[in-house]
Amino acid sequence: MSSTRVIRIVLGISAPLLALVAAFLITSAVLYLADDPVLKVWDQLLSVPEARNVGNIVDNATVLYLSGLAAAIGFRMNLFNIGVDGQYRIAAFVAAVVAGEAWLPGYLNTFLAVLCAMAVGALWAGIAGVLRATRGVSEVISTIMLNAIATGLVAYLLRKASEQAEGSNVVATKTIPEDSWLPSITISDGPPVVDVYGFVVIAVVMGLLYWFVLNKTRFGFDLRATGRSTTAAVASGVSVNKMIVAAMMLSGAMAGLVGMPILLGSSHNYGSTFQSGLGFAGIAIALLGRNNAVGIGVGALLFAFLDEQSNPLQILVGVSPDIVAITQGVIVLTVVISYEVVRRYGVRLEQQAVARALEQERSTQKKEVSA
Amino acid sequence: MSSTAPTVEGTAAAETPVTVRLRGIGKRFPGVIANDDVNIDVRRGTIHAIVGENGAGKSTLMKILYGVQPPDSGTIEINGEQVSLHSPADAIKAGVGMVFQHFMLADNLTVVENVVLGAERLHGIGGGARAEIKRISDAYGLDIEPDTLVEDLGVGARQRVEILKVLYRGASIVILDEPTAVLVPHEVDELFDNLRELKKEGLSVIFISHKLDEVLSVADEITVIRRGTTVKTVLPTEVTARQLAELMVGSELPSPSTESSTVTDQVLLSVKNLSLPGVGSRPLLDDISFEIHKGEVLGIAGVEGNGQAELVESIMGMRHGATGTITLSGTDLHTMSTRDRREAGVGYIPEDRHRHGLLLDAPLWENRVLGHQSRPPSAKGPLIDKRAARADTERIIEEYDVRTPGPNVLARALSGGNQQKLIVGREMSSEPILLIAAHPTRGVDVGAQAAIWTHIKTARRNGLAVLLISADLDELIGLSDTIEVILRGKLVGTFDPGDVTPEQLGSAMTGAGS
Repeated sequence: MSSTRVIRIVLGISAPLLALVAAFLITSAVLYLADDPVLKVWDQLLSVPEARNVGNIVDNATVLYLSGLAAAIGFRMNLFNIGVDGQYRIAAFVAAVVAGEAWLPGYLNTFLAVLCAMAVGALWAGIAGVLRATRGVSEVISTIMLNAIATGLVAYLLRKASEQAEGSNVVATKTIPEDSWLPSITISDGPPVVDVYGFVVIAVVMGLLYWFVLNKTRFGFDLRATGRSTTAAVASGVSVNKMIVAAMMLSGAMAGLVGMPILLGSSHNYGSTFQSGLGFAGIAIALLGRNNAVGIGVGALLFAFLDEQSNPLQILVGVSPDIVAITQGVIVLTVVISYEVVRRYGVRLEQQAVARALEQERSTQKKEVSA
Repeated sequence: MSSTAPTVEGTAAAETPVTVRLRGIGKRFPGVIANDDVNIDVRRGTIHAIVGENGAGKSTLMKILYGVQPPDSGTIEINGEQVSLHSPADAIKAGVGMVFQHFMLADNLTVVENVVLGAERLHGIGGGARAEIKRISDAYGLDIEPDTLVEDLGVGARQRVEILKVLYRGASIVILDEPTAVLVPHEVDELFDNLRELKKEGLSVIFISHKLDEVLSVADEITVIRRGTTVKTVLPTEVTARQLAELMVGSELPSPSTESSTVTDQVLLSVKNLSLPGVGSRPLLDDISFEIHKGEVLGIAGVEGNGQAELVESIMGMRHGATGTITLSGTDLHTMSTRDRREAGVGYIPEDRHRHGLLLDAPLWENRVLGHQSRPPSAKGPLIDKRAARADTERIIEEYDVRTPGPNVLARALSGGNQQKLIVGREMSSEPILLIAAHPTRGVDVGAQAAIWTHIKTARRNGLAVLLISADLDELIGLSDTIEVILRGKLVGTFDPGDVTPEQLGSAMTGAGS
């Protein structure tokens, strides 16, 4: 039995590796065709990052990880929550307003802000969930629409809630009082001193929670069963409509956390320059990490690493850092393909194992008969 | 192995020329030998039956002959010439046509349109085609009107359209894959008349089946396949159904008959005035009432699509909108969810195990949990108890003889019979008081079938109430204490399995009877 387990792990790892190699080759081909210095680009991208960059990579990965988890919750149930992007932005906005008002002192205020973010994310995603459950509206369509609405709504409300600094075009909410900021964690005393978001701890806890709820609880079993086969889940007694709403809301609550490391760790307010597009990266990362808590972590680190390493490409090699976006996009495509290839291979191996076991049984039976 | 087909010498059949000669056909799939040294001679103007258990390799063999899959070894000769068939188009060119078990017809098109689809070049798509169809229909007694819409045709007529399609394309060798599976007894007789007509006109018919009585009544020669290889070719006059079956399984065979009645007077499931409105004017379920007592098996006979699935899903709480009452040992099920009903002691063997019974890409132990998420040993409070679930899966594997290396194998890797045994074991494991068994032995081999029957019988002795839905009339008659016939959503007749024949049931099922 342990040998099949080993095979399963090897197969599990070989799929993303295969995908990365393919993505590496395709990106090289693009660079080559565009007459860019292929080797120099890889030299820069794959160089060992400096301590300062490591901090940025961890920070960025924290955010991407939460976004990946949010998408993965939907994926486990075969729901495509494209709306993580809108959910985290509207959630971060509300959290910023609440925290900026500072109704509660210190960390209570922080806690309230995080809670609000999760609630708002859950509600915003819940709209898509309810539409799907009651009216059969595809969650893909509704979440894309809700993204657009979220963009408009936040821009509109930001005007009302904002304080514009003198002589600046930046519109932003009230800055959160300093005693409600989440302290960063120092990972290197330097020099240079390297800090990362304190929220990284919460992201790890969320990863553990994700793993536990989905893999160990009845709720998680129902969710995964629904994702694998709605019809079989219904026959087993799962109320699919309730599960759709629950899964969408959980996904949205997780999405609500995506903006929190930035809000509580660096920007301290929500402004027109608040980082966007994190939701879409999360979808890619969830695919890359195969909806697995550790896999998503690796994917988030990889994407953050590529982003960070690509920054000086323009200056050092004269190549647009957008080449990395191509790499990331290609990774997603190759990952989907290579998982399917590896999955089929795995099923075949398993069928062979079953057939072999039966064959053995037969031959022993034959021997018994002839003996 | 010898390279000659196991033919019967010195008979009339042996003198007519051979149209299809298969020699040493072998086909391997990863880890599975589907065919191994298959030798068959099919003669002109005969019906040649190929019988074998599910999974014996009949379908693979026919796919090879129809060009869907190439053989790994062996030769195919058609009308004395060796051919290599790479696609169905090659097969059709060589004169081989196939009628699949599941019809491939467009309901919203007419017979002509269906027949010419993909064969437009033969006789055009207009009058020429219509005349040709008329000619074929008359020549072989198929009784097909070219301009009827296929959706207005019954199952038997649709099958004749499929046969017509094959003949239209010039086939002289017609393969029929389990053609009687979808037919009721009198339609089977009509089909057999058509087949005799075909052979009279000099065609060769290859008839795949595992229903032995039918094979014995219609075939001129019978080849038995077991574990992928041809065991023997026999003449129907020389064997009994029992001998054939023993050739198929290679051992003694079971029968579904129940022993003495164990029916008690305690009503367990009571269904009263159950109706379910349909999309059109005709309701899906029409005022259905019945009772099942403890220790009773109630069989529901009916042609598929007459409300059986809706009845089962209404009782399980999977389908809403039905009016009437359903009570389980005195409790009204009306407000209860599917899970509540399962927890109240309803076990469910679904009709379609892939859609409703299994998570194909999940390991067996997770499939053991499915439907029992809320009950021990699968669950411990709000958590799934993986260890206990796995241990119980091992018990089921042992007790129900599920052939698998272990509980971590994906359900997809098992054969249909073994998947079904796992489902039966799972549903029995929570000691249900009512078992809803929809086609519990469909698509499983004889060995698994016997095992499933035994388990149902044992549970019935211990007071289980069973609602049995089946298309296999022998199974219904053998297992049931009472048989109800369902037709267009209505219960149209109650029969005592002790003195009913499949023919009587068949005519009640089609509304032809009294």
